[in-house]
Amino acid sequence: MKIVTDKAPTVDVASILTAQEIEGIHEYIHHYPHARAASLDALKLVQKRNGWVNDAQVNAIANLLDVPVTDIEGVATFFNRIYRSPVGRHVILVCDSIACYLTGYEELAAELKTTLGIEFGQTTADGRFTLLPICCLGNCDKGPSVLIDEDTFGPVSPSEVAELLEYYP
Amino acid sequence: MSHNEDVLTAQSDQPKKLSIAEQFARRKQGQAPSQLNSQRVPIYGDKATATIETKPLTWRLAHHDAILDLATYQSLRGFEGLKTALEKAPKEVGDMIKAANVRGRGGAGFNAGLKWTFMTPPDGGPRYLICNADEMEPGTFKDRLLMERLPFQLIEGMLITAHAIGATDGYIFIRGEYILAAERLMAAIDECLANNLMGDNILGSEFSFNLHVHTGAGRYICGEETALINCLEGRRANPRTKPPFPQVSGAWGRPTVVNNVETLSNMPAIMINDVEWYQSLPNEKGNSTTPGTKIFGCSGLVNDPGLWELPFGYTAREIIEDFAGGMKDGKRLKAWLPGGASTDFLTTEHLDVAMDFDSIQKAGSRMGTGLIMVVDESQDMVPLLKNLEIFFQRESCGFCTPCRDGLPWGVKLLTAIDDGQGQQGDVEKLEGLTRDLWLGKTFCAHAPGAMEPLMSALKYFRHEFDSKIVVPAIEVDAETSQWAESEIKKVMSSMGSGSPAASSNSSADTGSNVNSDTTAGAEAGHKTLTSNPSDVK
Repeated sequence: MKIVTDKAPTVDVASILTAQEIEGIHEYIHHYPHARAASLDALKLVQKRNGWVNDAQVNAIANLLDVPVTDIEGVATFFNRIYRSPVGRHVILVCDSIACYLTGYEELAAELKTTLGIEFGQTTADGRFTLLPICCLGNCDKGPSVLIDEDTFGPVSPSEVAELLEYYP
Repeated sequence: MSHNEDVLTAQSDQPKKLSIAEQFARRKQGQAPSQLNSQRVPIYGDKATATIETKPLTWRLAHHDAILDLATYQSLRGFEGLKTALEKAPKEVGDMIKAANVRGRGGAGFNAGLKWTFMTPPDGGPRYLICNADEMEPGTFKDRLLMERLPFQLIEGMLITAHAIGATDGYIFIRGEYILAAERLMAAIDECLANNLMGDNILGSEFSFNLHVHTGAGRYICGEETALINCLEGRRANPRTKPPFPQVSGAWGRPTVVNNVETLSNMPAIMINDVEWYQSLPNEKGNSTTPGTKIFGCSGLVNDPGLWELPFGYTAREIIEDFAGGMKDGKRLKAWLPGGASTDFLTTEHLDVAMDFDSIQKAGSRMGTGLIMVVDESQDMVPLLKNLEIFFQRESCGFCTPCRDGLPWGVKLLTAIDDGQGQQGDVEKLEGLTRDLWLGKTFCAHAPGAMEPLMSALKYFRHEFDSKIVVPAIEVDAETSQWAESEIKKVMSSMGSGSPAASSNSSADTGSNVNSDTTAGAEAGHKTLTSNPSDVK
């Protein structure tokens, strides 16, 4: 197949994205003067289905917004919270910035790694959790903090890790 | 809506740590999930002082924990400021803000009204107002409070600003991790739309404005004005060249103003109370020329971290000791960042400097976001700086070479020094980086921001870096060993005769590094090659 870099290969968008996803992306497009502006919104919307965005979905978004696929790929790989490979059912983002560093980040991260049996960037064997670092969660008066899916917690002590994880089966 | 009559609890009350179960329950109820000390943040002091005149940003929180519906906001003088603004011509509103000298609360401290005047004249096309709510500077958490608990105040501030600059559309660019804040802002915008406070002909005037929430996905660089615009347009968030400035060519090539959340939240009270009132606010302390109040805060190794709205001029000592409950575990303060990770460290000698843009600058740092980060005496500055520089390295957009390659180099050097693998000259290389990644040598201010804490740490705590540098051991043969041993005896003998100068000369005569070490080692009693001759192989 010829590699086209300035235009997304034409794909059947409806076979890749759900009707609700397509409708949702169109709603975002209406917020902006140009469809391209919805690229990050579209990636985040599509990511909700499986927790990450695959190549076909990137292509479909490029088709839908009529922008080069490399541009969508550029956005997808630029942002910390767009995942281009599979993640667990729950993503744990551990703030490792200065406020949390000062208030016990290292002990908390060590406990999370031990309890989950994984390092940063890895997913547990049962596909339940992915562990990632994140820069400042803006929760600095309550460090150390973590963001699990859409919930911020802090302060979290190492002894509370096991209880915290129970809320995310 | 919760009503907290005991919102102003005593200073001595320590914050209650919420259990994980309580935090989870709060989140599921749509509340701030981990509002640690919500009972007294950010109103501090006498309840009677919490009025629109004294605490223009947070006074409403003395009545309610959060103002989340339009009726409650309106009952607390909500949208009075907008009505006042709409009775004035746009230029008149702009002139008021310029005269008030509202200095940008995102960190730069530029006169917001003056910034507005750089907008090109209306040409009938769209003009944009963007609220920078991408609060990702480590140590900064003030905008979160304003958005989660006072969303209508920010929206009213944006409407007043939009009227002044002739903006037709607006965006609140909020970081993706502020999920609750985004939810509450979207709900507030919908309520405004339903009540003629948004959309066409607002409050029956000729002013029309539409506002959208645009969420990011976790990149610090999005807080940079032009990178934010690129991200809004659906591109990688690389900064753009200035000029042209956004006021001339911003979002989609149209005139655009970008203001911080706290800056915009100031506008309603200024419209209600007027310019003279705003300028009189710092007089409470009498040591600051910066008008208005500021949401100051403190985090790090203090007893009671939090946020407090205060006039400019309070000192770091007052904020740390009186408001933040003093140092944790009774330890001594070692260093503090005045306003975020990209500001220069200050020390105990600067604790009585007024917290305002000019005074902190004179002390050798930047006030930045005004949220103090406290470091105590138990902290080793080398791993601390490593943590800070890893953050900046990871968050560099990689667009320009000095930043892309220089920041990882700095992290590599700091890691080596921290691991005891530092070589002689490494600290000098770090110093060189602070020059090579400075303003004017990089595309934007990201790398210079990264160099500020490093440069100041090297200035005040250079000995901590130097002391970790290990001089590699030197392999010496038996003949040299015997010679060294005899040299030591000579040196020790000369030292015993009370003539240190003689020992120095003795070392210098040999012209050998080994002998230089001999003298130093013998004098300091360090375990070096020659301080213990039996170690020589």
